Amino acid sequence: MIPHQLSLIMESVFLAVGSTEKNSIGAGLPAFVAIPLVSAFVLPIFGKSGRRSAMFLANLVTLALLVLAIACIGKSGVYEVGNWTIAVGILLVLDGLSSLMLLVISVVSAAAMLFSTRYMEQYTAKSKYLSLFMLMVAGMNGLVISGDIFNMFVFLEIASLASYALVGFGCEHEELEASFKYMVLGSIGSSLILFAIVFVYGNTGFLNMAMVSQAIQRKGLNPGLSFALALFVAGFGLKAALVPFHAWLPDAHPAAPAPISAMLSGILIKTLGVYALTRVVFNVFGISLALGWLLIALGILSMVAGAFLAIGQWDFKRLLAYSSISQVGYVVLGIGLGGLILARGGNPAWASLAILGGLFHLANHAVYKALLFLTSGSVQMSTGTRQMKQMGGLAQKLPVTRAACTIASASIVGIPPFSGFWSKLILVVAAIQAHLYWIAAVIIFISLCTLIMYLKVQRYVFLGELPESLKHIQENRGTMLIAMVALACLCVLMGLLVIVPDLRANILEPAVKVLTDGLAYSANIIKP
Amino acid sequence: MPYALCFLLFMIGLYCAVVKKNMVKIIIGLAIMEYAVNLFLIMVGFRSGGTAPIVDKTYIESGTQRVVANFIDTAVDPIPQALVLTAIVIALGSLALIISVCIRLYEKYGTFDITEIRRLRG
Repeated sequence: MIPHQLSLIMESVFLAVGSTEKNSIGAGLPAFVAIPLVSAFVLPIFGKSGRRSAMFLANLVTLALLVLAIACIGKSGVYEVGNWTIAVGILLVLDGLSSLMLLVISVVSAAAMLFSTRYMEQYTAKSKYLSLFMLMVAGMNGLVISGDIFNMFVFLEIASLASYALVGFGCEHEELEASFKYMVLGSIGSSLILFAIVFVYGNTGFLNMAMVSQAIQRKGLNPGLSFALALFVAGFGLKAALVPFHAWLPDAHPAAPAPISAMLSGILIKTLGVYALTRVVFNVFGISLALGWLLIALGILSMVAGAFLAIGQWDFKRLLAYSSISQVGYVVLGIGLGGLILARGGNPAWASLAILGGLFHLANHAVYKALLFLTSGSVQMSTGTRQMKQMGGLAQKLPVTRAACTIASASIVGIPPFSGFWSKLILVVAAIQAHLYWIAAVIIFISLCTLIMYLKVQRYVFLGELPESLKHIQENRGTMLIAMVALACLCVLMGLLVIVPDLRANILEPAVKVLTDGLAYSANIIKP
Repeated sequence: MPYALCFLLFMIGLYCAVVKKNMVKIIIGLAIMEYAVNLFLIMVGFRSGGTAPIVDKTYIESGTQRVVANFIDTAVDPIPQALVLTAIVIALGSLALIISVCIRLYEKYGTFDITEIRRLRG
């Protein structure tokens, strides 16, 4: 059955490369930024007495964004803000990759917001939390739909600043320390990105990505642009926490409140790092052999180092954070592998397959890592600790959390019916087809390491003896459960995204096509 | 040459942010990096002897509605100036945030030395 399915996948990926269907939506695009941005400043007005209504409204906003994102599936569009010409104005662009990212962002943020309704009751200053949360969503949404490079930087900074503040939200020793570390490295990353943008502007005279891309195609890469590319890789690498640049992540992600950890690990590092990097590398500068290998090397380094460091952790959320580094490695590896095959002039079907694997893993990881962080939050709320050595036997006390955590672990490890299996399978097949057998071996080996770390979680958190101090704890009820169960259902069902041809053709393949088309991106935006 | 000096300023800021142990000095390093980038941005748009990119009556050809030909050749590029204003505002926001976190950290730990602020490890 599996070979048959895979051959179907190849076939349709191949078909998708040839088709150009237009289903345009333009004027609705600013809503993705405007709705969360407005609500970020409206929600604090409710104040202390209106906390419940503010929470309710915030949930409505994230759900509305989810509906909008679903409505945008399979559509494309260009919107010129204020009708300025695209050479100087702000351009919003919706294409396959953006709509996939919008969908992932809104799914995770809706679940995280639902979870925070109950979880954030332990914290004060909830209106500020909602405000920062909405700013972060606005920044990420804006980043994925912005069509010019400087605007991308502005949205990246909005999302980053909100996330710095949210990491330090608890205002205790550890949180502030993690926030400071994150902020220093994040600011360095932002400065590098801005520096690169100035280089690009100085060398091409444009900021719009499509026009920069055309200028580069006309004149080729000069040393200034190559330096800009190196700065982009370092800057976005810092944001994505790829391995030489990962030092901030294991501190920052555990320190944040659990729903924010889910947002950071689930989507922030992918939007600010992986998405932005792929967009710039594939659609603006164009992929080359060296860049393909660079992405593969960064991916493999992250996978291996992240997995090895994760196994040794005893802090639940810290283990998950290291595991995020490892999983983002898979995404970058898949995308880099696709780029390498394209640059070599290999079979485009295999390149599409590798990129499909990478992007599908991105979506999968967003869902199951968000779920894992939510379960860790549920465990932490019940037990009051994150140390796995002080836990045990929670399976009887927290049955739903346990079930959700097991499903998410099975997905991340790659056990067949669950989502992670499909993306890893696609990556392995793509690596074998590219005759890079050692990469396939690394992917499988790291899956085994992942299995070890999640068996450790199951063994020390949910199985074994229940300590005396935890005899009285209770399962968390209400919205926390709904959020976890919803994400767990998604973990089971995400496999359908590649198995059902209609879903695949509408959600994943347009995204893959944007990357395999590479520099043709500019031609879609600037009509001759 | 000015570009090289600007890059040197950026590297000084980066060195300061990465090597120094005092939180305030790290923040100063970050600020220097941001200034270097802003300076670079302004220099990209610089044109010696240029005029402001605003069309007034003296730049309209008499009798027609067209702008005189040498306006394009003498006006400076306005985009970097718009960009640098945005960049300065963003830098201001991030500096204010990082300084406030720095103050809270000082209240908690009673020191600015990051080698003594080390509860997180691993």
